[in-house]
Amino acid sequence: MAECVSAHAVAQAVYEGIRVGAVCLRADCAQAIESAWMRAMSEDDSEREALVLDDIRQNAAIAQNADVPLCQDTGSVWVCLEAGADALIPADIFSGVDEAVAQAYEQGGLRMSMVRDALFDRTNTGDNTPAFCEVRLTQGRGAKLHVMLKGGGSDNASRLVMLAPGEGREGVARVVLEAVREKAANACPPLVVGVGVGGTFDKVAGLSKRALLRPVGSPAESARAAAFEEELLDAINATGIGPAALGGTCTALAVHLLTAPCHIAALPVAVNMGCCAMRTASFILMDEEGHVLDEPLPCTQEGGAR
Amino acid sequence: MSEAVAVRLPEEASVLSSLEAGTKVLLTGTIYTMRDAGHARCLEYLRRTGALPFGLEGQTLFYAGPTPARAGRPFGAIGPTTASRMDFAAPELYRAGIAATIGKGKRSAAVRQACKECNATYLACVGGIAALLAERITDARCIAWEDLGTEALYQVSVEGLPAFIETDSHGQSLYRQVESA
Repeated sequence: MAECVSAHAVAQAVYEGIRVGAVCLRADCAQAIESAWMRAMSEDDSEREALVLDDIRQNAAIAQNADVPLCQDTGSVWVCLEAGADALIPADIFSGVDEAVAQAYEQGGLRMSMVRDALFDRTNTGDNTPAFCEVRLTQGRGAKLHVMLKGGGSDNASRLVMLAPGEGREGVARVVLEAVREKAANACPPLVVGVGVGGTFDKVAGLSKRALLRPVGSPAESARAAAFEEELLDAINATGIGPAALGGTCTALAVHLLTAPCHIAALPVAVNMGCCAMRTASFILMDEEGHVLDEPLPCTQEGGAR
Repeated sequence: MSEAVAVRLPEEASVLSSLEAGTKVLLTGTIYTMRDAGHARCLEYLRRTGALPFGLEGQTLFYAGPTPARAGRPFGAIGPTTASRMDFAAPELYRAGIAATIGKGKRSAAVRQACKECNATYLACVGGIAALLAERITDARCIAWEDLGTEALYQVSVEGLPAFIETDSHGQSLYRQVESA
Protein backbone atom coordinates (compact mmCIF):
# COMPACT_ATOMS: atom_id res chain seq x y z
CA MET A 1 0.00 0.00 0.00
CA ALA A 2 1.48 3.32 -1.06
CA GLU A 3 1.87 6.22 1.32
CA CYS A 4 -0.65 9.09 1.36
CA VAL A 5 0.26 12.68 0.58
CA SER A 6 -0.44 14.44 3.88
CA ALA A 7 -2.41 17.54 4.80
CA HIS A 8 0.66 18.58 6.81
CA ALA A 9 2.90 18.56 3.71
CA VAL A 10 0.33 20.57 1.77
CA ALA A 11 0.12 23.16 4.57
CA GLN A 12 3.91 23.34 4.75
CA ALA A 13 4.19 23.95 1.01
CA VAL A 14 1.44 26.58 1.14
CA TYR A 15 3.27 28.44 3.93
CA GLU A 16 6.60 28.31 2.06
CA GLY A 17 5.01 29.23 -1.25
CA ILE A 18 3.40 32.33 0.23
CA ARG A 19 6.44 33.52 2.18
CA VAL A 20 8.86 33.09 -0.71
CA GLY A 21 6.42 33.96 -3.48
CA ALA A 22 5.38 37.29 -1.96
CA VAL A 23 8.93 38.66 -1.88
CA CYS A 24 10.84 36.89 -4.69
CA LEU A 25 10.06 37.57 -8.31
CA ARG A 26 9.85 34.34 -10.31
CA ALA A 27 13.25 33.72 -11.92
CA ASP A 28 11.74 33.30 -15.40
CA CYS A 29 9.89 36.64 -15.09
CA ALA A 30 12.98 38.38 -13.70
CA GLN A 31 15.01 37.13 -16.65
CA ALA A 32 12.39 38.28 -19.16
CA ILE A 33 12.23 41.73 -17.52
CA GLU A 34 16.03 41.94 -17.63
CA SER A 35 16.10 41.19 -21.38
CA ALA A 36 13.33 43.70 -22.08
CA TRP A 37 15.17 46.34 -20.06
CA MET A 38 18.43 45.75 -21.94
CA ARG A 39 16.59 46.01 -25.24
CA ALA A 40 14.85 49.26 -24.19
CA MET A 41 18.15 50.71 -22.94
CA SER A 42 19.72 50.17 -26.34
CA GLU A 43 16.95 52.03 -28.18
CA ASP A 44 16.87 55.80 -28.62
CA ASP A 45 13.15 56.38 -28.21
CA SER A 46 12.41 54.00 -25.32
CA GLU A 47 13.54 56.16 -22.41
CA ARG A 48 10.34 55.92 -20.39
CA GLU A 49 9.98 52.21 -21.11
CA ALA A 50 13.55 51.59 -19.90
CA LEU A 51 12.88 53.65 -16.78
CA VAL A 52 9.78 51.63 -15.83
CA LEU A 53 11.52 48.30 -16.51
CA ASP A 54 14.44 49.44 -14.39
CA ASP A 55 12.01 50.30 -11.56
CA ILE A 56 10.65 46.74 -11.79
CA ARG A 57 14.19 45.28 -11.65
CA GLN A 58 15.11 47.42 -8.68
CA ASN A 59 11.85 46.61 -6.94
CA ALA A 60 12.61 42.90 -7.15
CA ALA A 61 16.04 43.43 -5.59
CA ILE A 62 14.68 45.63 -2.78
CA ALA A 63 11.86 43.18 -1.97
CA GLN A 64 14.17 40.20 -1.76
CA ASN A 65 16.89 41.96 0.25
CA ALA A 66 14.55 43.61 2.76
CA ASP A 67 12.09 40.68 2.87
CA VAL A 68 9.21 42.99 1.99
CA PRO A 69 6.43 42.22 -0.52
CA LEU A 70 7.01 42.86 -4.24
CA CYS A 71 3.55 44.36 -4.42
CA GLN A 72 1.22 45.78 -1.77
CA ASP A 73 -1.54 43.55 -3.11
CA THR A 74 -0.34 40.22 -1.77
CA GLY A 75 -3.37 38.59 -3.28
CA SER A 76 -5.91 35.93 -2.58
CA VAL A 77 -4.39 32.48 -2.25
CA TRP A 78 -5.06 29.76 -4.83
CA VAL A 79 -3.86 26.25 -4.05
CA CYS A 80 -3.92 23.49 -6.65
CA LEU A 81 -2.89 19.92 -5.87
CA GLU A 82 -2.02 18.00 -9.02
CA ALA A 83 -2.23 14.31 -8.32
CA GLY A 84 -1.06 11.59 -10.66
CA ALA A 85 -2.73 8.19 -11.05
CA ASP A 86 -0.54 6.64 -8.33
CA ALA A 87 -1.11 9.31 -5.66
CA LEU A 88 -3.24 8.61 -2.60
CA ILE A 89 -4.97 11.71 -1.29
CA PRO A 90 -7.00 11.76 1.94
CA ALA A 91 -10.22 13.77 1.82
CA ASP A 92 -8.93 16.21 4.47
CA ILE A 93 -5.92 17.11 2.33
CA PHE A 94 -6.64 20.88 2.56
CA SER A 95 -7.50 20.90 6.26
CA GLY A 96 -4.28 22.72 7.24
CA VAL A 97 -4.28 25.26 4.42
CA ASP A 98 -6.16 28.15 6.03
CA GLU A 99 -4.04 28.00 9.17
CA ALA A 100 -0.89 28.06 7.01
CA VAL A 101 -2.26 31.04 5.06
CA ALA A 102 -3.08 32.96 8.26
CA GLN A 103 0.39 32.29 9.68
CA ALA A 104 2.25 33.16 6.49
CA TYR A 105 0.35 36.44 6.06
CA GLU A 106 0.80 37.46 9.67
CA GLN A 107 4.48 36.49 9.90
CA GLY A 108 5.34 37.80 6.44
CA GLY A 109 3.76 41.22 7.07
CA LEU A 110 1.50 40.66 4.06
CA ARG A 111 -1.77 42.40 3.32
CA MET A 112 -5.10 40.95 4.42
CA SER A 113 -7.27 41.32 1.35
CA MET A 114 -10.18 38.91 1.83
CA VAL A 115 -13.75 39.80 2.83
CA ARG A 116 -16.25 37.39 4.40
CA ASP A 117 -18.80 37.47 1.61
CA ALA A 118 -18.68 39.14 -1.78
CA LEU A 119 -22.22 40.48 -1.53
CA PHE A 120 -23.63 40.31 1.96
CA ASP A 121 -20.71 40.94 4.31
CA ARG A 122 -17.63 42.74 3.05
CA THR A 123 -15.92 42.67 6.43
CA ASN A 124 -12.22 41.82 6.12
CA THR A 125 -11.60 38.31 7.48
CA GLY A 126 -8.41 39.67 9.05
CA ASP A 127 -6.12 36.77 8.16
CA ASN A 128 -6.46 36.52 4.36
CA THR A 129 -8.41 33.27 4.59
CA PRO A 130 -10.07 31.39 3.09
CA ALA A 131 -7.77 30.11 0.35
CA PHE A 132 -9.29 28.73 -2.86
CA CYS A 133 -8.26 25.08 -3.10
CA GLU A 134 -8.67 22.44 -5.78
CA VAL A 135 -7.44 18.97 -6.66
CA ARG A 136 -6.62 18.18 -10.26
CA LEU A 137 -6.19 14.58 -11.32
CA THR A 138 -3.57 14.15 -14.03
CA GLN A 139 -2.34 11.38 -16.33
CA GLY A 140 1.14 11.60 -14.85
CA ARG A 141 2.75 10.20 -11.73
CA GLY A 142 3.51 11.74 -8.35
CA ALA A 143 1.95 14.81 -6.76
CA LYS A 144 2.67 18.51 -7.07
CA LEU A 145 1.32 21.52 -5.25
CA HIS A 146 0.93 24.93 -6.88
CA VAL A 147 0.37 28.13 -4.91
CA MET A 148 -0.58 31.43 -6.53
CA LEU A 149 -1.03 34.82 -4.86
CA LYS A 150 -3.42 36.52 -7.26
CA GLY A 151 -3.68 40.28 -7.18
CA GLY A 152 -7.06 41.97 -7.52
CA GLY A 153 -6.09 44.42 -10.26
CA SER A 154 -4.94 41.81 -12.74
CA ASP A 155 -7.77 39.41 -11.92
CA ASN A 156 -10.32 42.21 -12.45
CA ALA A 157 -8.74 42.85 -15.86
CA SER A 158 -9.50 39.26 -16.89
CA ARG A 159 -12.53 38.07 -18.85
CA LEU A 160 -14.51 35.11 -20.10
CA VAL A 161 -16.40 35.05 -23.41
CA MET A 162 -18.49 32.26 -24.93
CA LEU A 163 -17.79 32.66 -28.66
CA ALA A 164 -19.63 30.97 -31.52
CA PRO A 165 -17.42 28.24 -32.99
CA GLY A 166 -17.50 30.01 -36.38
CA GLU A 167 -15.53 32.89 -34.88
CA GLY A 168 -12.58 30.51 -34.60
CA ARG A 169 -9.01 31.59 -34.20
CA GLU A 170 -9.75 35.18 -35.23
CA GLY A 171 -12.45 35.47 -32.60
CA VAL A 172 -10.10 34.21 -29.90
CA ALA A 173 -7.43 36.70 -30.98
CA ARG A 174 -10.00 39.51 -30.90
CA VAL A 175 -11.06 38.63 -27.33
CA VAL A 176 -7.44 38.58 -26.14
CA LEU A 177 -6.54 41.85 -27.88
CA GLU A 178 -9.66 43.64 -26.63
CA ALA A 179 -8.95 42.56 -23.07
CA VAL A 180 -5.40 43.90 -23.35
CA ARG A 181 -6.41 47.19 -25.02
CA GLU A 182 -9.17 47.90 -22.52
CA LYS A 183 -7.62 46.63 -19.31
CA ALA A 184 -3.83 46.31 -19.56
CA ALA A 185 -3.29 49.60 -17.72
CA ASN A 186 -5.11 48.16 -14.68
CA ALA A 187 -3.19 44.88 -14.70
CA CYS A 188 0.38 46.19 -14.22
CA PRO A 189 2.15 45.34 -17.49
CA PRO A 190 4.43 43.78 -18.68
CA LEU A 191 1.85 41.02 -18.47
CA VAL A 192 1.87 37.27 -18.64
CA VAL A 193 -1.39 36.62 -20.47
CA GLY A 194 -3.02 33.28 -19.65
CA VAL A 195 -5.46 32.16 -22.34
CA GLY A 196 -7.81 29.20 -21.99
CA VAL A 197 -9.84 27.95 -24.94
CA GLY A 198 -12.32 25.07 -24.66
CA GLY A 199 -13.98 23.05 -21.94
CA THR A 200 -17.15 24.53 -20.47
CA PHE A 201 -18.06 27.91 -18.97
CA ASP A 202 -16.53 27.02 -15.60
CA LYS A 203 -13.56 24.98 -16.87
CA VAL A 204 -12.17 27.53 -19.29
CA ALA A 205 -11.36 30.04 -16.54
CA GLY A 206 -9.31 27.34 -14.81
CA LEU A 207 -7.35 26.69 -18.01
CA SER A 208 -6.41 30.36 -18.33
CA LYS A 209 -5.31 30.52 -14.71
CA ARG A 210 -3.27 27.34 -14.89
CA ALA A 211 -1.56 28.70 -18.02
CA LEU A 212 0.07 31.33 -15.79
CA LEU A 213 2.05 28.65 -13.94
CA ARG A 214 4.11 27.81 -16.99
CA PRO A 215 7.55 29.45 -16.95
CA VAL A 216 8.05 32.34 -19.36
CA GLY A 217 10.23 31.10 -22.21
CA SER A 218 9.29 27.44 -21.84
CA PRO A 219 7.70 25.48 -24.70
CA ALA A 220 3.95 25.50 -25.37
CA GLU A 221 1.80 22.35 -25.25
CA SER A 222 2.12 21.92 -29.05
CA ALA A 223 3.69 23.52 -32.11
CA ARG A 224 0.27 24.86 -33.15
CA ALA A 225 -0.20 26.43 -29.72
CA ALA A 226 3.31 27.91 -29.86
CA ALA A 227 2.59 29.56 -33.21
CA PHE A 228 -0.68 31.07 -31.95
CA GLU A 229 0.98 32.26 -28.75
CA GLU A 230 3.64 34.03 -30.79
CA GLU A 231 1.04 35.62 -33.05
CA LEU A 232 -0.90 36.90 -30.03
CA LEU A 233 2.24 38.17 -28.27
CA ASP A 234 3.32 40.08 -31.37
CA ALA A 235 -0.13 41.67 -31.68
CA ILE A 236 -0.19 42.61 -27.99
CA ASN A 237 3.26 44.16 -28.13
CA ALA A 238 2.35 46.05 -31.30
CA THR A 239 -0.29 48.01 -29.35
CA GLY A 240 2.45 50.25 -27.94
CA ILE A 241 0.88 50.15 -24.45
CA GLY A 242 4.16 49.14 -22.84
CA PRO A 243 5.31 48.68 -19.24
CA ALA A 244 2.94 50.37 -16.75
CA ALA A 245 0.89 51.33 -19.85
CA LEU A 246 3.21 54.33 -20.22
CA GLY A 247 4.31 53.38 -23.73
CA GLY A 248 6.68 50.89 -25.31
CA THR A 249 6.83 47.51 -26.97
CA CYS A 250 7.01 45.32 -23.87
CA THR A 251 3.31 45.11 -23.01
CA ALA A 252 3.50 41.37 -22.35
CA LEU A 253 6.37 39.04 -21.55
CA ALA A 254 4.46 36.00 -22.79
CA VAL A 255 1.13 34.58 -23.86
CA HIS A 256 0.42 31.12 -22.52
CA LEU A 257 -2.35 29.10 -24.15
CA LEU A 258 -4.10 25.98 -22.91
CA THR A 259 -6.78 24.35 -25.05
CA ALA A 260 -9.28 21.58 -24.34
CA PRO A 261 -12.11 19.62 -26.00
CA CYS A 262 -15.53 21.27 -25.97
CA HIS A 263 -19.19 20.97 -27.08
CA ILE A 264 -19.99 21.25 -30.81
CA ALA A 265 -21.84 24.50 -30.08
CA ALA A 266 -19.11 26.07 -27.97
CA LEU A 267 -15.91 28.08 -28.20
CA PRO A 268 -15.27 29.26 -24.63
CA VAL A 269 -12.39 31.72 -24.21
CA ALA A 270 -10.92 32.98 -20.95
CA VAL A 271 -8.14 35.51 -20.49
CA ASN A 272 -6.49 35.62 -17.08
CA MET A 273 -4.05 38.50 -16.74
CA GLY A 274 -0.83 37.92 -14.84
CA CYS A 275 0.90 41.10 -13.64
CA CYS A 276 4.59 42.03 -13.69
CA ALA A 277 4.83 40.69 -10.14
CA MET A 278 3.62 37.18 -10.95
CA ARG A 279 3.69 35.26 -7.71
CA THR A 280 3.47 31.51 -7.96
CA ALA A 281 5.40 28.66 -6.40
CA SER A 282 5.27 24.93 -7.10
CA PHE A 283 6.43 22.01 -4.98
CA ILE A 284 6.87 18.29 -5.47
CA LEU A 285 5.14 16.38 -2.67
CA MET A 286 5.50 12.91 -4.20
CA ASP A 287 8.08 12.02 -6.82
CA GLU A 288 7.50 10.07 -10.01
CA GLU A 289 8.68 6.85 -8.37
CA GLY A 290 5.83 7.15 -5.90
CA HIS A 291 7.91 8.24 -2.88
CA VAL A 292 6.23 10.79 -0.66
CA LEU A 293 8.94 13.35 0.20
CA ASP A 294 9.74 14.27 3.80
CA GLU A 295 9.75 17.96 2.92
CA PRO A 296 8.02 19.69 -0.01
CA LEU A 297 10.64 20.18 -2.74
CA PRO A 298 10.48 23.52 -4.61
CA CYS A 299 10.22 22.98 -8.38
CA THR A 300 12.79 24.86 -10.36
CA GLN A 301 11.27 24.29 -13.78
CA GLU A 302 7.66 25.13 -13.16
CA GLY A 303 6.02 28.37 -11.99
CA GLY A 304 7.94 29.55 -8.98
CA ALA A 305 11.33 28.75 -10.43
CA ARG A 306 13.91 30.71 -8.47
CA MET B 1 11.42 62.71 -21.84
CA SER B 2 11.80 65.91 -19.81
CA GLU B 3 13.17 66.32 -16.28
CA ALA B 4 10.97 65.33 -13.36
CA VAL B 5 9.25 68.24 -11.59
CA ALA B 6 9.55 68.29 -7.79
CA VAL B 7 6.24 69.20 -6.16
CA ARG B 8 5.61 69.86 -2.47
CA LEU B 9 2.18 68.76 -1.20
CA PRO B 10 -0.24 70.12 -0.24
CA GLU B 11 1.31 73.60 -0.65
CA GLU B 12 2.13 73.31 -4.35
CA ALA B 13 -0.86 71.30 -5.53
CA SER B 14 -1.59 74.13 -7.96
CA VAL B 15 1.74 73.37 -9.68
CA LEU B 16 0.30 69.96 -10.67
CA SER B 17 -2.51 71.82 -12.46
CA SER B 18 0.01 73.70 -14.58
CA LEU B 19 1.71 70.53 -15.86
CA GLU B 20 0.80 68.63 -19.02
CA ALA B 21 -0.19 64.98 -19.20
CA GLY B 22 2.99 62.86 -19.40
CA THR B 23 5.11 65.06 -17.12
CA LYS B 24 7.00 63.10 -14.48
CA VAL B 25 6.70 64.45 -10.95
CA LEU B 26 8.40 63.67 -7.65
CA LEU B 27 6.04 64.29 -4.76
CA THR B 28 7.23 65.38 -1.32
CA GLY B 29 5.07 66.24 1.67
CA THR B 30 1.69 64.93 2.83
CA ILE B 31 -0.81 62.72 0.99
CA TYR B 32 -3.67 60.47 2.18
CA THR B 33 -4.45 56.84 1.33
CA MET B 34 -8.05 56.08 0.44
CA ARG B 35 -9.56 53.24 -1.57
CA ASP B 36 -12.85 51.39 -2.15
CA ALA B 37 -14.44 51.19 1.31
CA GLY B 38 -13.01 54.57 2.33
CA HIS B 39 -14.55 56.23 -0.70
CA ALA B 40 -17.97 54.92 0.22
CA ARG B 41 -17.59 56.42 3.71
CA CYS B 42 -16.11 59.68 2.47
CA LEU B 43 -18.90 60.13 -0.09
CA GLU B 44 -21.55 59.38 2.51
CA TYR B 45 -20.04 62.06 4.81
CA LEU B 46 -19.79 64.57 1.97
CA ARG B 47 -23.41 64.07 0.92
CA ARG B 48 -24.61 64.35 4.52
CA THR B 49 -22.59 67.42 5.55
CA GLY B 50 -21.65 69.15 2.30
CA ALA B 51 -17.92 69.01 3.09
CA LEU B 52 -15.01 66.58 3.02
CA PRO B 53 -14.09 64.91 6.33
CA PHE B 54 -10.76 65.31 8.18
CA GLY B 55 -9.80 68.58 6.46
CA LEU B 56 -9.14 66.88 3.12
CA GLU B 57 -9.83 70.03 1.07
CA GLY B 58 -6.77 70.81 -1.06
CA GLN B 59 -5.20 67.42 -0.31
CA THR B 60 -4.07 64.57 -2.56
CA LEU B 61 -5.53 61.06 -2.34
CA PHE B 62 -3.36 58.00 -3.02
CA TYR B 63 -5.50 55.04 -4.07
CA ALA B 64 -3.54 52.47 -2.12
CA GLY B 65 -3.89 49.72 0.44
CA PRO B 66 -0.44 49.23 1.97
CA THR B 67 1.03 46.18 3.70
CA PRO B 68 1.88 46.49 7.43
CA ALA B 69 5.05 48.14 8.77
CA ARG B 70 8.15 46.03 8.14
CA ALA B 71 11.95 46.30 7.92
CA GLY B 72 11.87 49.65 9.72
CA ARG B 73 9.52 51.12 7.14
CA PRO B 74 6.07 52.62 7.91
CA PHE B 75 4.72 50.21 5.27
CA GLY B 76 6.50 47.13 3.90
CA ALA B 77 5.04 47.83 0.46
CA ILE B 78 2.73 50.45 -0.98
CA GLY B 79 1.58 51.10 -4.53
CA PRO B 80 -1.33 52.29 -6.64
CA THR B 81 -4.56 50.35 -6.99
CA THR B 82 -6.90 50.54 -10.01
CA ALA B 83 -8.27 54.08 -10.06
CA SER B 84 -11.42 53.39 -12.11
CA ARG B 85 -12.97 51.67 -9.08
CA MET B 86 -13.02 55.11 -7.43
CA ASP B 87 -14.69 56.78 -10.44
CA PHE B 88 -18.09 56.48 -8.75
CA ALA B 89 -16.98 59.01 -6.14
CA ALA B 90 -14.09 60.95 -7.68
CA PRO B 91 -16.01 63.71 -9.52
CA GLU B 92 -17.86 64.66 -6.34
CA LEU B 93 -14.66 64.56 -4.28
CA TYR B 94 -12.83 66.78 -6.79
CA ARG B 95 -15.73 69.26 -6.71
CA ALA B 96 -15.56 69.25 -2.91
CA GLY B 97 -11.89 70.19 -3.00
CA ILE B 98 -9.62 67.18 -3.56
CA ALA B 99 -6.65 68.61 -5.48
CA ALA B 100 -5.23 65.46 -7.02
CA THR B 101 -5.53 61.68 -6.97
CA ILE B 102 -2.87 59.02 -7.54
CA GLY B 103 -3.56 55.52 -8.89
CA LYS B 104 -3.15 53.31 -11.93
CA GLY B 105 -5.28 52.77 -15.03
CA LYS B 106 -7.68 54.83 -17.10
CA ARG B 107 -10.41 57.08 -15.67
CA SER B 108 -13.94 57.72 -16.89
CA ALA B 109 -14.98 60.69 -19.01
CA ALA B 110 -16.74 62.08 -15.92
CA VAL B 111 -13.44 62.11 -13.99
CA ARG B 112 -11.62 63.83 -16.86
CA GLN B 113 -14.41 66.42 -17.00
CA ALA B 114 -14.16 66.98 -13.23
CA CYS B 115 -10.38 67.54 -13.49
CA LYS B 116 -11.04 70.18 -16.15
CA GLU B 117 -13.76 71.89 -14.19
CA CYS B 118 -11.88 71.88 -10.88
CA ASN B 119 -8.39 72.59 -12.23
CA ALA B 120 -7.44 69.24 -10.67
CA THR B 121 -5.29 66.29 -11.78
CA TYR B 122 -5.01 62.51 -11.69
CA LEU B 123 -1.50 61.06 -11.43
CA ALA B 124 -0.46 57.60 -12.60
CA CYS B 125 2.00 55.66 -10.53
CA VAL B 126 3.76 52.49 -11.73
CA GLY B 127 2.04 49.34 -10.42
CA GLY B 128 4.03 46.36 -9.21
CA ILE B 129 6.95 48.28 -7.69
CA ALA B 130 5.57 48.65 -4.18
CA ALA B 131 8.77 47.66 -2.35
CA LEU B 132 10.59 50.48 -4.14
CA LEU B 133 7.80 53.02 -3.58
CA ALA B 134 7.69 52.17 0.13
CA GLU B 135 11.25 53.51 0.41
CA ARG B 136 9.81 56.95 -0.40
CA ILE B 137 7.46 56.87 2.59
CA THR B 138 8.95 58.51 5.67
CA ASP B 139 5.98 58.41 8.03
CA ALA B 140 2.39 57.17 8.23
CA ARG B 141 -0.39 57.84 10.70
CA CYS B 142 -3.83 56.24 10.75
CA ILE B 143 -6.35 59.11 10.79
CA ALA B 144 -9.62 57.17 10.64
CA TRP B 145 -11.50 54.02 9.71
CA GLU B 146 -9.04 51.72 11.44
CA ASP B 147 -11.69 48.97 11.30
CA LEU B 148 -11.12 48.81 7.53
CA GLY B 149 -7.61 47.40 7.98
CA THR B 150 -5.53 48.14 4.90
CA GLU B 151 -8.38 50.36 3.63
CA ALA B 152 -8.08 52.77 6.59
CA LEU B 153 -7.38 56.47 6.00
CA TYR B 154 -3.65 57.11 6.49
CA GLN B 155 -1.87 60.44 6.46
CA VAL B 156 1.39 59.64 4.73
CA SER B 157 4.62 61.63 4.51
CA VAL B 158 6.37 61.06 1.21
CA GLU B 159 9.74 62.10 -0.09
CA GLY B 160 10.24 62.01 -3.84
CA LEU B 161 7.35 59.67 -4.67
CA PRO B 162 7.51 59.23 -8.49
CA ALA B 163 4.36 59.61 -10.61
CA PHE B 164 3.24 60.92 -13.99
CA ILE B 165 0.51 63.47 -14.74
CA GLU B 166 -2.10 61.14 -16.31
CA THR B 167 -5.14 63.45 -16.55
CA ASP B 168 -4.08 67.08 -16.63
CA SER B 169 -6.24 70.07 -15.75
CA HIS B 170 -7.30 70.33 -19.41
CA GLY B 171 -8.68 66.78 -19.25
CA GLN B 172 -5.90 65.35 -21.47
CA SER B 173 -4.96 61.72 -20.70
CA LEU B 174 -1.48 60.20 -20.91
CA TYR B 175 -2.73 56.61 -21.33
CA ARG B 176 -4.94 57.72 -24.23
CA GLN B 177 -2.02 59.59 -25.82
CA VAL B 178 0.11 56.43 -25.54
CA GLU B 179 -2.64 54.34 -27.16
CA SER B 180 -3.12 56.64 -30.12
CA ALA B 181 0.62 57.18 -30.68
